[in-house]
Amino acid sequence: MNPRHIGADFRIVARSYFRNPVALFFSLIFPIILIALFGLIFSATGTTVVTVPVLNEDHGPGGVGYSEESVAFLSALNNTTLVKVQVVSVAPSDFAAWLGQNDYPVGLVVPSGFQSNFTNHTATNLTLYTDPQDAASSGQAQAVVAGVANAFNLRAACSSKNCSAVIGITGANVGSAVYTYIDYLIPGLIGFSILTSPMFSMVDITSSYRKEGIFRQLSLTPLTRAEWLTSRILWYVLLTFVTAGIMIGAGAYLFNAHVLVTAQLIPFLVVGPFLFVSLGMLAGCVAKTPESAALIGNIITFPMMFLSGTFFPVSSFPSGLQSFAHVLPLYYVIDGMNQVMLFSNTSRALTDVVVVLAIAVVFFLLSVRLFKWRDE
Amino acid sequence: MPGAIEVHGLRKRYGTLAAVDGIDFSVQSGSVFAFLGPNGAGKTTTTEILEGLRNRSEGEVSVLGLDPWSDGAELHRRIGVIPQDFRFFEKITPAEAIVYYRSLFHTERDPVQLLDRVELADKANSRFESLSGGQKQKLGLALALVNDPEICFLDEPTTGLDPHARRSIWAVIRALRKEGRTVFLTTHYLEEAELLADRVAIIHHGHIIASGTPSDIIAQYGTPERIRVQAGPDLGDYLAHKLGVVARAEDGHVEVELHQKEDALRVLAAIEASGIAWSGFETRQDTLEDVFVRMVGQMDEGALRTEGSP
Ligand SMILES: Nc1ncnc2c1ncn2[C@@H]1O[C@H](COP(=O)(O)OP(=O)(O)OP(=O)(O)O)[C@@H](O)[C@H]1O
Ligand SMILES: [Mg+2]
Repeated sequence: MNPRHIGADFRIVARSYFRNPVALFFSLIFPIILIALFGLIFSATGTTVVTVPVLNEDHGPGGVGYSEESVAFLSALNNTTLVKVQVVSVAPSDFAAWLGQNDYPVGLVVPSGFQSNFTNHTATNLTLYTDPQDAASSGQAQAVVAGVANAFNLRAACSSKNCSAVIGITGANVGSAVYTYIDYLIPGLIGFSILTSPMFSMVDITSSYRKEGIFRQLSLTPLTRAEWLTSRILWYVLLTFVTAGIMIGAGAYLFNAHVLVTAQLIPFLVVGPFLFVSLGMLAGCVAKTPESAALIGNIITFPMMFLSGTFFPVSSFPSGLQSFAHVLPLYYVIDGMNQVMLFSNTSRALTDVVVVLAIAVVFFLLSVRLFKWRDE
Repeated sequence: MPGAIEVHGLRKRYGTLAAVDGIDFSVQSGSVFAFLGPNGAGKTTTTEILEGLRNRSEGEVSVLGLDPWSDGAELHRRIGVIPQDFRFFEKITPAEAIVYYRSLFHTERDPVQLLDRVELADKANSRFESLSGGQKQKLGLALALVNDPEICFLDEPTTGLDPHARRSIWAVIRALRKEGRTVFLTTHYLEEAELLADRVAIIHHGHIIASGTPSDIIAQYGTPERIRVQAGPDLGDYLAHKLGVVARAEDGHVEVELHQKEDALRVLAAIEASGIAWSGFETRQDTLEDVFVRMVGQMDEGALRTEGSP
């Protein structure tokens, strides 16, 4: 390995890159778009208040207004701030259809006799309509209604005796105190670009350079394959630092994300591109044509893109899928960055970086070995 | 002294196709060797084997005393190559390309001077993608010279170039020879081989069908010198009858083969004496092109006949 060769080739890569507007867009603007897009989607679901149309059939004395207990129940629902109660007047038999027509995923019916039954300790039944297609809103409404109902049950049970709730809950976050979804998303999206940007372009470059005879041309110079690959790795490491910086900055600026940026992040920003440049090269050089190279590249890239914890935490997957995620190299890159940026868990991050490095070295050696400048 | 290039019994098979089918030749150090042949004859295949870009199936090859395939790294420091369709990084300019090669080869060539030499200085800072075909070819030539090579392999260096650009490449090739470098050239332009080459080999279907100096080949395979005048076929009949020579008449021309110097005077005198109207007197000799076209044509006809017979 001659540093002068690597330096000369690095300048060629950098120049080719800066003179290609599409490539520049993808590495500098695309990260911001990714953060903005996913930040908006996910932070929106996190804070959504579900509107719950309520048909209150428990009227006040003489059929005027509503009973005190039903109003108390509905305002307790409102006080959770997770749902917004909206009392409507629709014929009870039409309520389900009406919800569907007006695109409400949930609806609640408070039966007549709610107050009298409640005070008499007689069973009374609320009816909650939910739309299984909108699992998030339905689940949220169901949990809130059940929670408030439990609190009312407790109050009813305790009204005669002298008792109070034993178990209380204080809200707290996993990891750093101010951990939100966007914070989780940043390491995932950095991992996403560590994967995609070298993979797609290396697969493309290796197959098209071979087709155009550029590798043949390079084989006539003293540049070695390892030097050529190293200069690409260095370039993508540099690019990854820039991209990660942009993503962390955009996350902080747009969504007030708080991630820990420490020196422990550096190994991942180096070893990650090392791994995927080598893998991209490997995929590109086992393929015979640019078309099959693109196909092989996609087969490798797409599962990893979604199943390594980029957009959704791997721990939320079914267990079969979780074991599959654990064989994907990108999982260890993203998990390691999560450990550093969110949980300050150095020992697990260290394990992750060692795993990534080992895989990267194997891919590097394999691709230098299988990659041929010239035909037989 | 062994030649700069020595080839014995070289064969290259692509599956069942024998692209190069047992050829022998040698190229003397400091000479220009031209490899001629129609499309698909095996020129590029042979050239790439000599450059160490392709492995051979059989035979012995030595370039500068090295085996091109196994000693490629050493060989590549000492040779310069323009491949047949030279391509380079699209976004890189000729000046940058030369600086790049200079760093790889650890030399101190001045890019401006090198580009001047191939008449590409005015495009020194244009991206490769925006160069014309001929300009790309010139960059290929400039890059082939960065490492001060002992042998230059030029695979069709002038294909697609305009007449002026072609002449400037010829000038470079002549200068290379003058500097004592060996040049291995492939071309379809026989005129080019005739003008530049010390020795020529004609390859067809993987076989060398003729080799030697251009004038040797013409003398050996060409027809004798001819007198050609514009006249009707009756002059041809007259000369054949009167002198007993072979006279061919076609397209308003009559051609008479000259076997001895004196024939020319006898034929001229007879033409004048015939009283038949004539004009446009010229003498003609086969060019390498005539020989080439005839030989390749005959071989293909022969091949067709043998294929056709049971
Ligand atoms: N990689 C390859 N695989 C299979 N066949 C090949 C390959 N390269 C060349 N051939 C075949 O070998 C024969 C010789 O090809 P070659 O490229 O050497 O011809 P050439 O003399 O350089 O022709 P041209 O004047 O068109 O450049 C052709 O029939 C060609 O189809
Ligand atoms: Mg050719």
